[in-house]
Amino acid sequence: MKKDIILAGVGGQGILSIAAIIGSAALDMGLYLKQSEVHGMAQRGGDVSSNLRIGDKEIASDLIAKGKADIVISVEPMEGLRYLPMLSSEGWLITNSTPFKNIPNYPEIDDLYTEIAKVHRHVMIDAEGIAKELGTAKAANVVILGAASAHLGISFESLENAIRRIFAKKGDAVVELNINALKAGRDFAEKNSHL
Amino acid sequence: MQKLLLLGDEAIAQGAIDAGLSGIYAYPGTPSTEITEYVQHSKEAQQKGIRCSWSTNEKTAMEAALGMSYAGKRAMVCMKHVGLNVAADPFINSAITGANGGMIIVSADDPSMHSSQNEQDSRFFGKFAMMPILEPSNQQEAYDMVHYGFELSEKYMIPVLMRITTRMAHSRAGVSRKSETRKQNEMKLPTDLRQFVLLPAIARRRYKGLLSNQELFEMESEKSVFNNYIDGADKKMGIITTGIAFNYLMENYPERVIPNPVLKIDQYPIPRKLVEKLYNECDELLILEEGYPLVEDMLKGFMANGKKIKGRLDGTVPRDGELNPNIVAVALGMTDTIGADVPGNVVSRPPALCTGCPHTDSYLALNEALIKLEPGRVFADIGCYTLGALKPLEAINTCVDMGASITMAKGAADAGLVPAVAVIGDSTFTHSGITGLIDAVNDKSPITVLILDNGTTAMTGGQNSAAQGRIESICRGIGVEEEHIRILKPLRKNHEENTQIMMEELAYNGVSVIIPRRECIVAIDKRVRAKAKIKAEDQA
Ligand SMILES: Cc1ncc(C[n+]2csc(CCOP(=O)(O)OP(=O)(O)O)c2C)c(N)n1
Ligand code: SF4
Repeated sequence: MKKDIILAGVGGQGILSIAAIIGSAALDMGLYLKQSEVHGMAQRGGDVSSNLRIGDKEIASDLIAKGKADIVISVEPMEGLRYLPMLSSEGWLITNSTPFKNIPNYPEIDDLYTEIAKVHRHVMIDAEGIAKELGTAKAANVVILGAASAHLGISFESLENAIRRIFAKKGDAVVELNINALKAGRDFAEKNSHL
Repeated sequence: MQKLLLLGDEAIAQGAIDAGLSGIYAYPGTPSTEITEYVQHSKEAQQKGIRCSWSTNEKTAMEAALGMSYAGKRAMVCMKHVGLNVAADPFINSAITGANGGMIIVSADDPSMHSSQNEQDSRFFGKFAMMPILEPSNQQEAYDMVHYGFELSEKYMIPVLMRITTRMAHSRAGVSRKSETRKQNEMKLPTDLRQFVLLPAIARRRYKGLLSNQELFEMESEKSVFNNYIDGADKKMGIITTGIAFNYLMENYPERVIPNPVLKIDQYPIPRKLVEKLYNECDELLILEEGYPLVEDMLKGFMANGKKIKGRLDGTVPRDGELNPNIVAVALGMTDTIGADVPGNVVSRPPALCTGCPHTDSYLALNEALIKLEPGRVFADIGCYTLGALKPLEAINTCVDMGASITMAKGAADAGLVPAVAVIGDSTFTHSGITGLIDAVNDKSPITVLILDNGTTAMTGGQNSAAQGRIESICRGIGVEEEHIRILKPLRKNHEENTQIMMEELAYNGVSVIIPRRECIVAIDKRVRAKAKIKAEDQA
């Protein structure tokens, strides 16, 4: 098993929280992992990405080769599209639909949706909307993770357990909320995957 | 023991804690910052009493580390690559004084300039100083090399340079800790109390010692566990990799078997015998290095009259920028891979000042104060405020190296550009701005210096700033006139008043210092959250 995952978003959107959950679950399953992160200048509201690689054999490169990513998980619609050159022709684009507009020339959102719809395999999800219904928009990233969960090579239980470990300090209510967010994302993706 | 999931930076820090470190000295700089931060947050390091607060700049850090080594204890000093320029004087000389307690210098290079002004390769500095260099290819090696590096340092009484690059520093992987950790050294002064006295007569003797040790350093490289000769049947081409380039090579062979002989170099001086073996056995060589073509240039030589050497110098690999699996695939003659194109409507999203950033208000006032003058007179520096160069503010004209704002403004004013403005952050001011301000005061140069005091070292993640609350007294002490030290609060509602103050000082024919003071909003947020966390823990 080998999964090459690109996480995309804007500095400050917390893409590394998604990486932390996948990473914890992968380690728990005894898998190898390499995760390249962006620190520094780009974090000031610029585009950021992380290369997350998991597998049952030792991983060589910290960076994924172009055209070889199995999945791009994006917390922002334009940012997901930025990494299409990384995605394999069989790969999945899992993206949030809510734009993060911190630049004056942000494109027409419908044009971005059109481009997303052109990607062979994709899921587009209103993560904030779903998270708000569950209680807080803060769980949006976990909703997106849920939407990606079928394609990670990691069992759903392992992801749930990782959430329990990571959010344990914040109390049962927060753990419960995030597990629900994970499920909601998964349910949505099961009904709305475009192949 | 379960593996720890660590960044390369963190692996180095944990390695140092486990190898009997007594003190770490550093000034923040991407991608090196997390080494020191890890030690600062480590309970173990705290229990062991490891000294770990920030230094004012890389030079003071290097010298303090050398002092700790003088006293017999193990010291580490960390910086980004350009920090080594700042610390170059003590760095080069420390190879001549030698070490007493083990000393490792970590310099983190940033090929492709993700967060830097250049992509200089610290291995050249190591070679220049004639020090052994270690260059880990993965996180586990980074951890292991710290133990090894301190041993090497104490065996030959020589500081050791560890060179890492961005992808090593900021990538996480599982790391196994050693089952046995080392105790710190007891304090023990050098047996020769003149070892560190670089008077010419002593320095000449010590320098000869350094020269004669080169052979021994090479012998260590020759037998190092980190330098490996991996044989392969296809001798048409031999491959040399340094540091993480090895991973990109392996990535292109999913079965992890490379048909050609490979020499993986992670320790320098270059292991001459191993290189000769590869050279003699193969028809040509491909050199893969993350950084400048150091090994390639040495092997090729000026006349290039030996076998064919391929790499960055002949265009087989791009001359600049970091490596990746695709670049290496092309260099190996494999077909490149790429997914779909980026859709045309995707636009770039450059980093920008946060909404509500105090620097924005300082620049808005400055822009207005300068509106009637010819543009091109604002000499800035390095920090979040460098983003003021971009739209919509477009407020500054230079960013060269830490501290250069004040000194360049002075030089330009000397040339007749009056008024000249310097813009510098509080942390950059203490790093390298104070000395330049003394020059300006001594010459009574007509410059206006804005010291943007946001109470933190924001660009690198909000570390403590050295002169917290003392900037105006430092300026007074240097000799800036009291009435030309103006403190203001950069807020939109104070815009008129702030612009007025700036215009007054721009008109003054001497040194003025304006201190716009308002805390970085990210720092406020962090402070408030930390407080809430402590409160929540207290209640629990
Ligand atoms: C010699 C050197 N050391 C370190 C750095 C990394 N660095 C860039 S900006 C910065 C912090 C500047 O802080 P400050 O001047 O207070 O400005 P702020 O970011 O807070 O606005 C640092 C440490 C560098 N570029 N050069
Ligand atoms: S981190 Fe602080 S100093 Fe930097 S842009 Fe944001 S508010 Fe301004």
